[in-house]
Parts: sequence; C-alpha cells; structure tokens
Amino acid sequence: MKQWSYMAMLIFTFCGSAWLEIYLKTGVLRRIKRVAISVLPISVLFLAWDAYAIAQGHWFFDREQILGIFGPFGIPLEEYLFFMVIPMAAIFTIEGVTTVKPHWRKDEFGE
Amino acid sequence: MIYSDIAITAFSIAVMVDLFIFKTSMLTRPAFWTSYAIILPFQFLTNWWLTSRNIVMYNPDAIMGLRLFSAPAEDVLFGFALLLSVMGLWEVWGRKGYQRH
Repeated sequence: MKQWSYMAMLIFTFCGSAWLEIYLKTGVLRRIKRVAISVLPISVLFLAWDAYAIAQGHWFFDREQILGIFGPFGIPLEEYLFFMVIPMAAIFTIEGVTTVKPHWRKDEFGE
Repeated sequence: MIYSDIAITAFSIAVMVDLFIFKTSMLTRPAFWTSYAIILPFQFLTNWWLTSRNIVMYNPDAIMGLRLFSAPAEDVLFGFALLLSVMGLWEVWGRKGYQRH
C-alpha cells in the first residue's frame, strides 16, 4: 500500500474538488475541451520546470511511496497527474464559487 | 537557478501575464481570491502530506529553508503561479465565448 502514498493525495484532491460538479452542477467536465486548453498549456510549462528541477536534483521522490511508473524526462506518473488534478481542482473551485455567487461571474463577463 | 529563484520568477510571470497579457485581471476579482482562500488550506494539507512523509524531498541547497507546515515556503509561490495561470486561462476562453456555459 505504501507505494500509493502520493497517488492517495491526488485521489483526495480530485474527489475533494470534483464533488462540486455534482453538488453545484458546475458543468466543468461537460466543457472538457475548455478544460484541456486551459490546463495543458500551463501544465506543459510546469512540467518543463519539474523536469529541470528533477534533473538538477532540486527535489526528488521516495521510490517506495510512488507507483514507480515514469514518463518522459524521468518524471513520475504522479507528477504528470499532479499537473492535471490540481489545475482541474482550481477550475472546479472557481466555477463552484461563481455558481454560488453568480453576480461575480456577471461582473466578469458583462452579461 | 535554484527552486527559490524559479518560484519567484514563476510568481512574477504569472502576475504579469494576468495583468498585461490575459487581461483577465483575476487579481482584482473576488471570485479568484475566494477560490484561492478555499484552495490554500488544502494546498497546505496536501503539501504537508507529501513533505512530512518524505514522499517528496528537497535538496537543502535548492531552497531557502523556511518551511510552512513542513513544505518549503517556495511552494506557496509555485502554487499561486499555477492556480492563477490556470484560472486566468480558463477565464480567457470563457470571455472569448468558448464553452462559456
């Protein structure tokens, strides 16, 4: 089970934010293309940073607490998922907030 | 450049992009700051999990050494840059009318 330590944090974060989708009907996943073009350009930049930091030894991971699957640039699977799950949590959150406070969205879009 | 330098750079770039390129000015919006206030405690919690259990470890030479809830203080700048830029870009597409609803 120990190798799931990092993955557990990702699952917690996803579940902890995605429930807004059901509870507040934020409709984020319905707009998955907009999610993709919001998340991917940013995650590419942060993954480049991650690759550099790993190569330079700025940070490193306990091999016993990750699944041990590595993608390009020696970045663990969990890190790739991190840069999808955390940005999606941010989108779930801001959509949740503007669902509860629709006048904030009105100010934003001028509708 | 070490983590501290890159974190400060990323934070500065994200703020500049928000103000001058995206022009979404998330930084002036209650929706952004409310979201950030909701996310920050969870960032501390999940970062505490990753760092206190040594799932992720940092080279002492790459960080300032100041730690908040076991995680390097730099993580706050890193997280802010990530959250601001993603929410900003989400907002850019919404303003353009792309999958607004």
